[in-house]
Amino acid sequence: MSSHAGPIDHHHDHTTSTGIPNKKLFMWAFLASDCMFFGTLISTHLIYRLHPPPGSPDVKSIFSIELTSFSTFILLMSSLLMALAVNSLQKGQVRSTRQNLIGTIFFGLIFLACQVYEFSHFVHEKGLTLSNSIFGSTFYVLTGTHGCHVAIGVLWLVLMYIRSFKPADADQGRAWLIKGFFHLIVWGVTIVASMASMLGLVHAIQVGDGFGGFLHHHPVEFGVSILGLIVLWLLSRQEGPVDFGEANAMDVESMGLYWHFVDIVWIVIFTAVYLLEYL
Amino acid sequence: MDAAAQSHFTGKEAGHAVEKRPWIFTRPTAKTGIVSWLTTVDHKRVGIMYGISALLFFLVGGIEALIIRIQLAVPNNTFISHQFYNEMFTMHATTMIFLAVMPLSAAFFNYIMPLQIGARDVAFPRLNGFAFWVFLAGAIVLNVGWFVKSGLPDAGWFGYAPLTSTDFSNQFKADMSTDLWVMGLQILGVSSVVGSMNFIITIINMRAPGMTMMRLPVFTWMTLITAFLIILSFPAITIALVELMMDRSFGTNFFEVSNGGLPILWQHLFWVFGHPEVYILILPAMGIVSEILPTFSRKPLFGYPIIVFSGATIGFLGFGVWSHHMFTTGMGTMATAAFSLATMAIAVPTGVKMFNWIGTMWGGHLQMRTPMMFALGFVWMFLMGGLSGIMHSAAPADAQQQDSYFVVAHFHYVLIGGAVFGLLSGIHYWFPLIFGRRIGEFWGKLSFWVIFAGFNITFFPMHFLGLNGMPRRTAVYDGNMGWNDANFIATVGAFILACGIGIYFAVMLYTYFKGEKAGRDPWDGRTLEWSIPNPPPEYNFAVTPTVHARDAFWYEKHHKEEIAKEKSAHAKEDEAHGGVHMPSQSWFPLMTAIGLLIGGLFFVNHKFVGAICGGTVMFLGIYFWALEGPGGYHVHPSEDDDKSGSYGKH
Repeated sequence: MSSHAGPIDHHHDHTTSTGIPNKKLFMWAFLASDCMFFGTLISTHLIYRLHPPPGSPDVKSIFSIELTSFSTFILLMSSLLMALAVNSLQKGQVRSTRQNLIGTIFFGLIFLACQVYEFSHFVHEKGLTLSNSIFGSTFYVLTGTHGCHVAIGVLWLVLMYIRSFKPADADQGRAWLIKGFFHLIVWGVTIVASMASMLGLVHAIQVGDGFGGFLHHHPVEFGVSILGLIVLWLLSRQEGPVDFGEANAMDVESMGLYWHFVDIVWIVIFTAVYLLEYL
Repeated sequence: MDAAAQSHFTGKEAGHAVEKRPWIFTRPTAKTGIVSWLTTVDHKRVGIMYGISALLFFLVGGIEALIIRIQLAVPNNTFISHQFYNEMFTMHATTMIFLAVMPLSAAFFNYIMPLQIGARDVAFPRLNGFAFWVFLAGAIVLNVGWFVKSGLPDAGWFGYAPLTSTDFSNQFKADMSTDLWVMGLQILGVSSVVGSMNFIITIINMRAPGMTMMRLPVFTWMTLITAFLIILSFPAITIALVELMMDRSFGTNFFEVSNGGLPILWQHLFWVFGHPEVYILILPAMGIVSEILPTFSRKPLFGYPIIVFSGATIGFLGFGVWSHHMFTTGMGTMATAAFSLATMAIAVPTGVKMFNWIGTMWGGHLQMRTPMMFALGFVWMFLMGGLSGIMHSAAPADAQQQDSYFVVAHFHYVLIGGAVFGLLSGIHYWFPLIFGRRIGEFWGKLSFWVIFAGFNITFFPMHFLGLNGMPRRTAVYDGNMGWNDANFIATVGAFILACGIGIYFAVMLYTYFKGEKAGRDPWDGRTLEWSIPNPPPEYNFAVTPTVHARDAFWYEKHHKEEIAKEKSAHAKEDEAHGGVHMPSQSWFPLMTAIGLLIGGLFFVNHKFVGAICGGTVMFLGIYFWALEGPGGYHVHPSEDDDKSGSYGKH
């Protein structure tokens, strides 16, 4: 369904009463609900910050604001790439859409890796755990829930990326399914390996070992992630027309709405949980 | 255009040929039998399944209520243990709210709302099926305690944090009954939220041509408002439950007083959900009554815009009054005064609705049919519940009434006299449409009078019990308190009420099998659902209706020529698009819900490997669901099909 005559109106669906596509409206309803969800979590955190029980940890000595600022910047940039992906697909440029999706996925992964690093750093070196203080409870549950949203977003992006290779000719379906499944597995391995690499790299930079020290300590993770990237690149070569185009712009756009929302929520969390501590 | 449209919907014609899809799973196409129900995406079937499960749980909740009443019939009774009494009042409330009234409302949302707006189906048919299966999964998790050693949840439907947090609840019963409650509600929340989003999109986007927002039937309006309340209030309890679950399973400190947790936070989070929940329960019933009163008064609804706006106002204000459940927790004077005022303000739109209903009946040619009787019962009983509600909104009075039987009387007048009477009248009203048979007037009215009498005999004395200081949630009371007579009367009333409900169910079952066949449009209805044959065909409307006015079908009946012209134009248009586009059935909503059920049950047991397996099934279900695509096929109904609906039992 990627061949249409005449210009395509991306925002008007003639089969609905309002002209807004169902999927888009659904996404907005979901995000309204999610606002309440995060609103409740953030309020819980703020209430306990305003009434800290005796013996609460000194928050400023735990946070490493440089790392968090960096990951915030990365997440913001991923939103830019997401917007570019939507824009590309609306123009029917599938190749450019894929490149921007991959960029979004990897920026999301860097954010997640920073968060995982932050969590393990806080637990092992700063002694902040889920259960030993109320601050730990609210902090980990709030930022962890946001991290889950990012992870779900990454998964969704990967699935959408794989879907963009579905061939236009439905008859070769089974071969495509097997390839798609293989594609998914390679993605999984690459994500895990590159997450481990990124964690190692962040650690190496933090302790001053640099890139050489990282390679010395994590050769396997680094090797597997490079290998995975090469296989992904091979899998991404075009083989004939695909069943993905302007008609799917709405799917990518609703995914984008989710991604931007998660980004906005992070800005609120970054402000309320991190920056306010430095007032 | 034809070819393109068809290929988009897999190009299937009226029959149900096997689909040629690039997928190892072929989509189910059975139209009868168990598979057709398990894989259904038809909003009418989903509605029926919601209705039947809700009525079954209504009976379960009723039995729990009877057990409570038997225990309280005489002082110092030893009929059941205190522990079992706690389990009964917890499960009675949880069952009635989440497994009976809400899903019964959802049954009407599913079945009636798309018909009222002239839609073929809801916006996301597979998601609709999913919402039902998830509801069933949540109901199973909540009730699993009947069959396992740990027993039923016992901390009250409000789950107040010190009672549910680890130390306290394990002091009495070191087991998983509270975890079951937490997980069950969490799963039910998923069902309610996705279902409500579906209804919102359906109402906003799937209306027939000409059906503007201010021409929507009132029941559809109340569905929309209820759905908004659900998607905005459920996240609050979701988070509260997540925090409680983290406390219980992973040792966090959200509500652990010893580590600085604030139990009052639980009450705030719970009632931010819990108060809008009250309107989630009552607004659908208000919508139903607003359909029935005009039909049997032979008059349009008095003040339609006002009734719509007052409904929206109730929904809006409902979010601003949660703390009136917490007047006695020591919030401080300002907060108490503010919430007192906001609560009294809610009486205004509610009172406005009362006057609208009275205005509708005023000067009408009232037909005292059974649905009308129940609707009138609703108006009267809800008024009484509303008046005692205003008494609670005054904080000083509430301080006296808090946690006494006066409160019990109040909310039962609102929730039985209100919500349940509304829903029972809705069943009577739409029974001929759904099953093509009509409930006999004599037996219908008999059930009404027995229910009405039993209900008042049960709950009216509770006002006096409450004012005399009898506390709620206590399993026994002493004989010298002066509560004996009222309690005994209430228990007798409860059994009369049970008899009435029994008659009601018996009449329904009899009518389903042997009842008098109802002709088309048996009540001379006003809204679009009555314009189609009963029981409705699978495709609902052979030709998309065009709407010119509020009470669209009423208008249609009195402007036959214009409508006929438009219908034939629409018929041509529908034909040009390849007929009526129907969604294909799917296994994956069920599979996803089963994954959620397995994951939930193992998680409650702290068997995390099993939980991950359940999660995997759920994930695979979602993945296949996405890859399967919306699908669909076309049917070509003719006006002849209209006369013999091919859907359902007949």
